[in-house]
Amino acid sequence: MSGSREAILDTIRKNHVQGDRPRPTVPLFDQAAPADLKALFQKSLERMGGKMLTPDVADPMAPVRQAIVKPGPVLSCVPEFEGDMKITPQTKPTDIAPVEYAVLRAAFGVAETGSLCFTEKQLLVNTTGFLPQHLVILLDPAQIVYNLHNAYQRPEWTQAHYAVFQSGPSATADIEGVLVHGAQGVRSLSVLFHPVS
Amino acid sequence: MTAELHEELTDPHADQLDHGAASSRPLKSRISEPQPRGAKIHGNRPVDQSEAANRFMAATEHEAMHDARLWDLRQKRDKEMHGIEEWEELRNLASGIKEHTLSKLDYYLELFEKNATANGIKVHWAKDGAEHNAIVLEILRSKGVERLIKSKSMLTEECGFREFMAENNVEVIETDLGERIQQLDDEAPSHVVVPAVHKLRTDVASVFAKTIGSDPDNADAHYLTECQREATRPLILSAQAGMTGGNFVVAETGTFVVCTNEGNADLSANTPPLHIASIGIEKLIPGLDDLPVFIRLLSRSALGSPITQYTSHFRGPREGGEMHVVLVDNGRSARLGMEKFWPGLKCIRCGACMNTCPVFRRSGGLSYGATYAGPIGLIIDPTFNVHKYRNLPYSSTMNGSCTNVCPVKINIHEQIADWRKTLAGEGEISPVKKVMMKAAGEVLASPVVYRASLPLGRSALRHLPHFMLYNKLNTWGRKRDIPETPKQTFNEWYRKNRKQQDEGKKS
Repeated sequence: MSGSREAILDTIRKNHVQGDRPRPTVPLFDQAAPADLKALFQKSLERMGGKMLTPDVADPMAPVRQAIVKPGPVLSCVPEFEGDMKITPQTKPTDIAPVEYAVLRAAFGVAETGSLCFTEKQLLVNTTGFLPQHLVILLDPAQIVYNLHNAYQRPEWTQAHYAVFQSGPSATADIEGVLVHGAQGVRSLSVLFHPVS
Repeated sequence: MTAELHEELTDPHADQLDHGAASSRPLKSRISEPQPRGAKIHGNRPVDQSEAANRFMAATEHEAMHDARLWDLRQKRDKEMHGIEEWEELRNLASGIKEHTLSKLDYYLELFEKNATANGIKVHWAKDGAEHNAIVLEILRSKGVERLIKSKSMLTEECGFREFMAENNVEVIETDLGERIQQLDDEAPSHVVVPAVHKLRTDVASVFAKTIGSDPDNADAHYLTECQREATRPLILSAQAGMTGGNFVVAETGTFVVCTNEGNADLSANTPPLHIASIGIEKLIPGLDDLPVFIRLLSRSALGSPITQYTSHFRGPREGGEMHVVLVDNGRSARLGMEKFWPGLKCIRCGACMNTCPVFRRSGGLSYGATYAGPIGLIIDPTFNVHKYRNLPYSSTMNGSCTNVCPVKINIHEQIADWRKTLAGEGEISPVKKVMMKAAGEVLASPVVYRASLPLGRSALRHLPHFMLYNKLNTWGRKRDIPETPKQTFNEWYRKNRKQQDEGKKS
């Protein structure tokens, strides 16, 4: 409603906060970044309820197979792993509902918070990040940044229409503060360090 | 309904983890007792917060759990704060960024509109809650939507959105667990971050037994959460539209950001073909450099967790989908012009001020009878209705703790004092306070009368029977002991001990 747009903007202009309030410059706060971001990432991820899988040099996908312990369809969105299901141009968001495990690759990770970034480019269909019961995620250790300031310097934010930091599984504590994983989204989230081949 | 208990849900270590809104130590209610309800609302009459607070405190198990739970969140917040060297710098930056944006809000709103529109988002403007509701209904009707799934939003609470949609035959399903509990119990959220924090597990068991068919005798939090997941999932999958709020809006990229712990905003936004976001106009920030300041502060201040489990960034519709943003004013542009009260617009709705407030922790959020409870509510609610919420600025001990924990450095306790002055100036003051203030005014206006009154008061405090001190007129006497009174006033002591000495020095 264009009448309201003008009315709101007019009131704002009339009522503007007085005085010079320059835009602050935000530092990156990354001088104390450790050389080994993998260790910090792992510590942060585990704090958020995520699990790290132990790499297997001889058989790189073995940890993923071992993480899949429950029956049910496995959806793979990565070329490294063969699942039972694949995303096709016809896949609808709700088609992901029966998936037990989805195997995804994160765009990058954040050591400060154990966060994994996904955009529509990795998710293929956005609900692959949320409707499966469990996620197994590949992360290239070279794609870990130290903190959130570094994370927002990445190119994804101006390229993707949708981007999410997932930091551990879905969690709630709305009933007496008792932590429960899998309130609405995924019940568990495991990460394997695995460089892009 | 029988919920399948997955082993993740009964992880023995889960209680000790401190992400999400979890307690850092197990807290468990020991007995069940009827849940005290919130303030009684009588049209436009001033809300009596203390009446509702008394009923909450009388429910001792509710009061004790509420107090312990929120104080635990406050302590978790402190621990996070100490873990970040630049914490105070982040608070200064957050405050500065918000103040800068509010000083050029017209520019940043237009910049956001331009960029979001270029990315395919349809941007709408609503001057108030009624217009917001009408805009959303029109979008939903144009798509034949009968069921809408939504994530938590305080703005839609302001707008009376759920009630309006019910009248217009659109089924609204809240997907945040706490908010869903409140919806099913036909109650407003009592806290901006943990909406059902005033309820015991037995209260939730009874609500779920009545509404989604769970076992009324099973009050296990894992079981109840699983029942809700199973009951809500088919509704998520069959909804034709999803709605979210927005925690932050980045003008330079046309992005809005939503923070949740459950992933319910991502499900609401990504499952149905239509996504509508309702966002207050004060949520703007300039650019991507500014965003991490707020993401780093929000969940640490709110829950003492480093980040919410999900931080979701929406910059445009997905392929084949449709995305709308409704920018809502509802009194905010007018508040910008209030010399003393505009800094309230910096608020990022973390709830840290509620968790630390001794009044809030003991009286429960519903006792305020307003959309916003606790310290931030005391300074925001009167801007919506000065008469109805005129008593709220008195629900404070003025200890200033709210101001100390605020991540965007709002001078909350100073604004509470300013509201008291403003309300008195506008004649918005209760009859009891008027009589007390008049008497106090006469005594305080004359030094002679004041000095003469002190020994009388002191003697009275020592000798008056208990019932005369702890009665309804003296609200300070409730739940509190008056400190022991000294035998002398300072003036008497000074005259006896120091006056001659001091006068000797002068000569």
